[in-house]
Amino acid sequence: MSILVNKDTKVIVQGFTGKEGTFHSQQCMAYGTQIVGGVTPNKGGMTHLGKPVFNTVEEAVKATGATVSLIFVPPAFVADAVMEAADAGIQLAVIITEGAPVKDMMEAKHYAVKKGMKTIGPNCPGIITAEECKIGIMPGHIFKKGNVGLISKSGTLTYEAANQVVKEGLGITTAVGIGGDPIIGLSYKELLPMFEADPETEAIVMIGEIGGDLEIQAAKLIKEKISKPVIAFIAGQTAPKGKRMGHAGAIVSGSKGTAQEKMEALAEAGVYVVKSPADIGATVAKALRERG
Amino acid sequence: MNIHEYQAKEIFRKYGVPTPRGGVAFSAKEARKVAQELGGDLWVVKAQIHAGGRGKAGGVKLARSLDEVEKIAGEMLGMTLVTHQTGPEGKVVKKVYIEEGADIKEEYYLGMVLDRALEMPVMMASTEGGMEIEEVAEKTPEKIIKVAIDPTIGFKPFHARKLAFGLGLSKEEQREFIKFASALYRVYVENDAELIEINPLIKTGDGKFLALDAKMGFDDNALYRHPDIAEMRDLDEEEPTEIEAKKYGLSYIKLDGNVGCMVNGAGLAMATMDIIKLEGGEPANFLDVGGGANPDTVAKGFEIILSDPNVKSIFVNIFGGIVRCDRIANGILQATEKVEVNVPVIVRLDGTNAEEAGEILRKANIKNIIPASDLKDGAQKAVKAAKGEL
Repeated sequence: MSILVNKDTKVIVQGFTGKEGTFHSQQCMAYGTQIVGGVTPNKGGMTHLGKPVFNTVEEAVKATGATVSLIFVPPAFVADAVMEAADAGIQLAVIITEGAPVKDMMEAKHYAVKKGMKTIGPNCPGIITAEECKIGIMPGHIFKKGNVGLISKSGTLTYEAANQVVKEGLGITTAVGIGGDPIIGLSYKELLPMFEADPETEAIVMIGEIGGDLEIQAAKLIKEKISKPVIAFIAGQTAPKGKRMGHAGAIVSGSKGTAQEKMEALAEAGVYVVKSPADIGATVAKALRERG
Repeated sequence: MNIHEYQAKEIFRKYGVPTPRGGVAFSAKEARKVAQELGGDLWVVKAQIHAGGRGKAGGVKLARSLDEVEKIAGEMLGMTLVTHQTGPEGKVVKKVYIEEGADIKEEYYLGMVLDRALEMPVMMASTEGGMEIEEVAEKTPEKIIKVAIDPTIGFKPFHARKLAFGLGLSKEEQREFIKFASALYRVYVENDAELIEINPLIKTGDGKFLALDAKMGFDDNALYRHPDIAEMRDLDEEEPTEIEAKKYGLSYIKLDGNVGCMVNGAGLAMATMDIIKLEGGEPANFLDVGGGANPDTVAKGFEIILSDPNVKSIFVNIFGGIVRCDRIANGILQATEKVEVNVPVIVRLDGTNAEEAGEILRKANIKNIIPASDLKDGAQKAVKAAKGEL
């Protein structure tokens, strides 16, 4: 089992024939992901990487039965691509694109919600169900199969965490990189209950960072609804106020959104809060020994 | 990106958001000229820096004659203004804004910002004009009235009425306020603003509303479609090293410590700062070299980190994914040939082909380059090296 995606998931790629789209589609296919086609306007009818190219998402969905779209469209056009996917009945859009304007993503997200389409990202590494299906840009081989779910705002920190979990002799069910932009799709509050319901997942790692209050919302939810052990690390404990730390959303505004505040709320909710990013793997092992 | 008050007011006027008349000046003589053109017998001289709290710090002063305008502007230009938002080092005033005096009857606060939890912009108003809004939010949250604006319907009269009733405005005043707030919403949405603050918004003796101050910030990702706003960027207000880093696609923020860090990925870069602190050191910077981490970006990274004389050691922490560690190791070696690195460099490479990478670094046998086995080992070594104990 896993959450959201597995070996049977049919995926199309928007921005399929571009440089990024091509490279990462190849990597996903090599991992075993069922990429069934792609969309690039005005290139419909072509074959790319042995798969059909369509002009519109609607045609692609009709012809292939895809339910997930992986999006590599450039930032100025990405919101349009997301809304096209929602309009065509795609169930989950995974948005890799970095640098999308906030206003555009706000509009796209509202439309996606209205159409019942889930989104992941933007500005994220994507989603991977270990040894089954990779829909994103992460190095697949790091994610060995196991019983730990992973939710993270940061790309390389996701790999770091997964690697530490694997070095403890454990592994991953599904890992979701949710991105660090101000407006994102699925976040902790939607994903934690999915991992709670997944029989294979026995512990959940959540990696947060400064800015916004998604981690605080997560703490409330964990307290009420999550029985599996949750291990959390919040990046940016030493970040200065008012400075944007790489991610558009990673900023402490006034006294709000600090790592301290988030770590306290999570600890209060019974989460194993890890101070050092080097202790994530060991703490997962400890949590599973104590509560697994 | 943030802009100055005088620039924000230019944008306001374009959209019909009323402000007092005024003009910017770069010298005392020019300030006098601006005041003369404005006319009247009362002017306000305001330091133009990207920070709030100017009034208390002596950056906003009244002048009752042209001589006084010239004198105050002369004193203000070149002075270092220290406010609660500038940090202890303060900011040098390089321009002043000369504005006509206003007839202030009431002071309010009006602002707009994205509410990340609601995923909508909110407009906020308060009767506590002139106060630090954060302080108001903390001590008397009931004095802040908020309306969330669904972007699919936009700003409607009912939104404005809700704010107007909250502020206790009379029927005549409401009409003026609705016009004001609707125009402000357009400023926010049409320019991809990330923040607007008017503190204070004033009501004049004849019942008009004026933006006495104006603060605006913009979504950097949307600047490509607002070339006029992008042009308002004031490089004097930014750290020169941060500007230089950006040119090479690096994200750099200078901090006060002595352990330099070079990392791929923003989250891991923050986590690296955190672990340095936990191991008893102080990070000198945040630096995300991005996914590529090739010889050029790494060389530039070294150059930027070493431009800070406080740096006593550098912790290179790279998690190789799609980009293999052996290639990154070679990149680091090439970078050290391009840039003279005279402090210990602790290198931790993990992920794809990490073992080969370690072998490459050991074989190269460069005195300054010290391989680390994992994140903790690397942080410990970097902290020790900065203290001269390695």
